[in-house]
Amino acid sequence: MTTESELSATYVLEFPGGYTRTTGPVIGRFLTELRDARIVGVRTADQRTLVPPLEYDPHTGDPVTEEFVQVGPAGTVAEWVWVQAPRKNHPLDRPFAWALIKLDGADTTLVHAVDAGHKKAMRPGLRVRPRWRAERIGQITDIECFVPDVTMIVSPVRAEYTITPGRALTRFLEGVRDGVFLAGHCATCDKVYVPYRISCPECGSLIAAERQVSDTGTITTFAINNLPDPRAPQVPFVSAYILLDGADTPMIALVGDVPAHEVRQGMRVRAVWLPESERTLAMTNIKWFAPTGEPDAELEN
Amino acid sequence: MREVAIVAFAQTVHTDHDAGLTEPELLQPVIEEVRAKSGLRRFGFTCSGSCDYLAGAPFSFVSALDSLGAWPPISESHVEMDGAFALYEAWVRLQHGDVDSALVYGFGKTSMSDLREIMTLQLDPYYLAPLGLDQISFAGLQASARGADRAELDAIVRRSRADGRANPYALNLPDPTEEDDGHVAPITDGAAAIVLVAGEEITKYPRPAYITGIAHRIEPHYLGMRNLAQSTSTADAATAAGVGKGPVDVAELHTQFSHEEPILREALGLPEDTVINPSGGPLAANPVMATGLIRIGEAAQRVLDGTARRAVAHATSGPCLQHNLVAVLSSEV
Repeated sequence: MTTESELSATYVLEFPGGYTRTTGPVIGRFLTELRDARIVGVRTADQRTLVPPLEYDPHTGDPVTEEFVQVGPAGTVAEWVWVQAPRKNHPLDRPFAWALIKLDGADTTLVHAVDAGHKKAMRPGLRVRPRWRAERIGQITDIECFVPDVTMIVSPVRAEYTITPGRALTRFLEGVRDGVFLAGHCATCDKVYVPYRISCPECGSLIAAERQVSDTGTITTFAINNLPDPRAPQVPFVSAYILLDGADTPMIALVGDVPAHEVRQGMRVRAVWLPESERTLAMTNIKWFAPTGEPDAELEN
Repeated sequence: MREVAIVAFAQTVHTDHDAGLTEPELLQPVIEEVRAKSGLRRFGFTCSGSCDYLAGAPFSFVSALDSLGAWPPISESHVEMDGAFALYEAWVRLQHGDVDSALVYGFGKTSMSDLREIMTLQLDPYYLAPLGLDQISFAGLQASARGADRAELDAIVRRSRADGRANPYALNLPDPTEEDDGHVAPITDGAAAIVLVAGEEITKYPRPAYITGIAHRIEPHYLGMRNLAQSTSTADAATAAGVGKGPVDVAELHTQFSHEEPILREALGLPEDTVINPSGGPLAANPVMATGLIRIGEAAQRVLDGTARRAVAHATSGPCLQHNLVAVLSSEV
């Protein structure tokens, strides 16, 4: 028995070069105007404007008048349907909408494609305009598609600056370069601030005394971060408030050498410094803080 | 008007794939079946509906004549439309009074090409066809214009497929799922035939299905020139065919998309208790060019077998229900 697939073939039905059609004066006028990037409608005896123009009024069957009027080019979407997977014969090769578009000045709607980018951009009432082909030949496809009106722009914002750290931070970074954390002690409030500062944020007095604090401390609170950050080695990473021994204010730093889920409040940590030869005037001298292994500290409220 | 009745109907067991038969081979058993059911070998008039673009063969209706035998020469005609419109032509021919019987058939194989794009070829060549507007796309615009409730449409698909599974001629389609939502009629190969008799000839049949009204109306082709949310041409044809003059037990509607059912139901003014598409309708089997004729056949069959007293059949042609035919079948004149 012969199987079906053995005797199956492909064949093509085609008019090579396309089928020649005359347009008549009404459709011909529309297509001629289209070639010049204009859209016209034709007036019916009762003064309605048909777009695209037809030779006879579809309601009465009467011949239309010889009066052509320019319409659009903007219009309003009346109905639409989204095409997620365009076919090879469709006007666009990316997702688009078919729409019935009422051009300004028309009494009927035109069928065409709308390049809206995304389905959510489509709605009845959407204002659209034609996107013309550069090479126009007098065909409905001289309008490549319609595109939504401009209702939004993207504004690039970019300015360049030269920044310096200021006196206090420069002094603190000098300490970091040398492998120590420098703090400021307010004599009035008897408070030790890390990083070093030159005035007390509580009383406003100038801070005269510079003090060195330990590079060990206690985690007071922390966050596990799941979004990558160029300053962190991997995801997830832990950023924590660390109250250095001898300081009264915590400092923000990364916590490492420990799985994120093991990090806890009260955990004792120590700064992991880069080798002395690699240190610069930067916070990157501290890779992160790592657990010391000491018992957890009691946290005051 | 001269009385005309349907006395025989037959259809293929439709397939969702090319079963390896040519169109004449598909048609021949169906012709044989209506000949047997009607007891007629020759007919006063023969009319068919088919579309050359489906199989891509020119004059496919001519080769189809081989399946009925056209010698000695017969009086024959053809419409490049659904067979339902061939039935209309046969009904008109029978009104002339000089012939008393007619054979009508329709056939189509949609498995051979891409039906969605073949349907682009029916569109006007200036404004629509160059856009590549395919069948699903223009139906989508109508669904959007109608704004039908999704749950209502899902229920239509579920009902149609369940009824189709109970119909030995329709496809055996499962309950719809998200991937296979069934809102579009399936690709189907098939054929159908009907025998009409008129005048005195009707008295030879104990239970004929009288065509008490038949009419078709068409509206503008261009989609932007009409209100797609409703079907005025169906409503006008229904009035002309007298749908509202009596109860309607059953209605067979040519719904190739689920959203067409509420549009047609409203246009036909069908009462709530009318059973819609008990055969499963086109959503369960859509042998294009026979689908509309099958609606008339299914509606008539219910009158012939006594399960309905008055039934309505609808057939359509063109994009977005452009052209609609409505027939009323009844057990009595």
